[in-house]
Amino acid sequence: MSLIPLAAFFLALLIGTIMIAFLGANPLVAFQALLKGAFGSMNAIADTVVKATPLLFVGLGICIAFRAGVLNIGGEGQLVAGALSATIVCLNFPNLPGWILIIIALTTGLLCGAIWAGIAGFLKAYFNVNEILSTIMLNYIAAYGMNYLLSGPIMDPLQIRLGSFIPQTARLPQAVDLPRLIPTRLHFGTIIAIVFAILVYVFLWRTTIGFRIRMIGQNIQASRASGINVQKYMVLAFILSGALVGLGGAIEVLGVHHRIFTDGSVSGFTGSAGFNGIVAALFGQLHPIGTIPASLLLGALLTGANKMQRVVQVPSALIGALNGLIVIFVVGSEYLRRCQTRRVERTEKVKKNSKNIDEKETE
Amino acid sequence: MEAIIIGIAKSAIRLATPYLYASIGETIGQLSGVLNLGVDGVMLMGAFSAFYTVLKTGNLILGLLMAIVVGAIFGLLIAFVNVTLKAEQGISGIGVYIFGLGLSSFLFRTMVGTVETVSGFPPLSVPLLSNIPIVGEIFFHQNILVYGAFALVPLAWFILNKTPLGLCIRAVGQHPETADSLGVNIVHIRYLTVIFGGMLSGIAGASLSIALLNVFQQNLTNGMGFIAVALVYFGAWRPATVLTGALLFSTVNAIQIWIQVKGINIPSDFTLMLPYIVTIAVLAAMAKRRIHPPAALNKPFERGE
Repeated sequence: MSLIPLAAFFLALLIGTIMIAFLGANPLVAFQALLKGAFGSMNAIADTVVKATPLLFVGLGICIAFRAGVLNIGGEGQLVAGALSATIVCLNFPNLPGWILIIIALTTGLLCGAIWAGIAGFLKAYFNVNEILSTIMLNYIAAYGMNYLLSGPIMDPLQIRLGSFIPQTARLPQAVDLPRLIPTRLHFGTIIAIVFAILVYVFLWRTTIGFRIRMIGQNIQASRASGINVQKYMVLAFILSGALVGLGGAIEVLGVHHRIFTDGSVSGFTGSAGFNGIVAALFGQLHPIGTIPASLLLGALLTGANKMQRVVQVPSALIGALNGLIVIFVVGSEYLRRCQTRRVERTEKVKKNSKNIDEKETE
Repeated sequence: MEAIIIGIAKSAIRLATPYLYASIGETIGQLSGVLNLGVDGVMLMGAFSAFYTVLKTGNLILGLLMAIVVGAIFGLLIAFVNVTLKAEQGISGIGVYIFGLGLSSFLFRTMVGTVETVSGFPPLSVPLLSNIPIVGEIFFHQNILVYGAFALVPLAWFILNKTPLGLCIRAVGQHPETADSLGVNIVHIRYLTVIFGGMLSGIAGASLSIALLNVFQQNLTNGMGFIAVALVYFGAWRPATVLTGALLFSTVNAIQIWIQVKGINIPSDFTLMLPYIVTIAVLAAMAKRRIHPPAALNKPFERGE
């Protein structure tokens, strides 16, 4: 574990401090409000964890994809695909026993996320379509698809009867609410997320398929030469990645919102979790276990930012800007780290060489 | 019918403007070997700075200059991260996008807050040419940023193909080792192209906020910058083909807006989806053409020692 992500984090925070001061607000008061909002009470801590949960799911998906060398930026769309499909399932089979419906809904969410990401994976592997662009486009397609469905076909019948037409579905049957852990908003989905973090770790580092996925990310030519079907594993990485994100979307519905809603914008439902999850994964050094504390930290920032906005009128969009900076700093500092290791290697080599010469001379 | 087609064609020409600035800038950057995926974020920052300046001063030229300066600063940041720090360009670009999106929203919320409009660049009729029936109406009753965007295409072509600088840029992107051994400063060339691309992205944003739409809102571009990057692939790194792509997209957009305005009974969400679906389809179709990107694209230069 290197200190680079933390350095990146504090550098971003420093810039955030300057920006807050620039607004004429007292940064100390602002950060105090942020900390209080994130950890100030039992409810605040629970909210932080609840906020971190989808970030962890997205982050885990990103870990698999990035490790395979494919940049899945489609977290937003995959979250929507998972959430939307789970909602539709729950709305259509309200009479099934709760726990069966929960399992079906989560599985559907997982599958739809996988399919949505699989499209990009397929296009990348067999048509060489840049996956960053295709996943971004799929984000918009998913968001507008959701907005369409919410504007009519699956709109809450009550909204239609009242004539208020708020674009949201009916509340899902209470039977499918994920169990609460303590009397806060904390729900069972967080535990599922942590279990999956461990599973992803075991998968990537302890199984053959995981090894191959990491191998094509490390060196695609060597993988091809050693007989790995690179295309197949690329698609697989996308599918697994999307499955985790889709599951995260479904859990967000069953655990937190109990319905789907939109404000018309593309990130109305997800709250940009699809992008923030990327930040979490990079911050966790693309390691599933490292992504857990990284998601928590970002979840705390996002939760605290809402409080900060109320107390010192610093818009919570600030956190979005800081997240971008964290990404830039983390990828930017990779080079410095590489330089350092190279320098160490070189000095060791020089030492070895001079040792050899010394030995020869003594001979 | 004729009036409808003229109307759509006219707005297609207008709407090609932001795509053109952004994707010509990206083309030049990619030809030198730098993949900048943060275009959308830079466009948002350019759009906001131009909008805010015009809102406060009413000076359109100053607004445009602000967008160029902010674009250049972002270009410098992108160049520093990708060229000097040799970052993974795909991920750093997403970082720049998230940063630009967040910062422009943050500044908008703190400095403006509500929906406001400005009066943008007015249409400028070209003498004589604007009197030509139909053609004059479609092409020569546009604002100055539209003319600038179309003038940029032959200019970029000329610089890239007919000047020593253009040769250097393409050499740096195709075969940096050779260029380096001939004494071309790869770092300088890449900084130059990326900063220039940043400026153009800034103008692209400004063209939205102070010439075409004359408003600013959070995420005003709605992924336009990413489509601009896709257009570079579509255009096979040639300005003229990039122009074709930009026109294709702006026509799709113009038709979509026309459908909405006319109240034709297609859900607006479907028409809004159209450009993104077309982008994916176009990217997939391009793969069949076997045109290779610049060899050193997305590869930081390391001098072998």
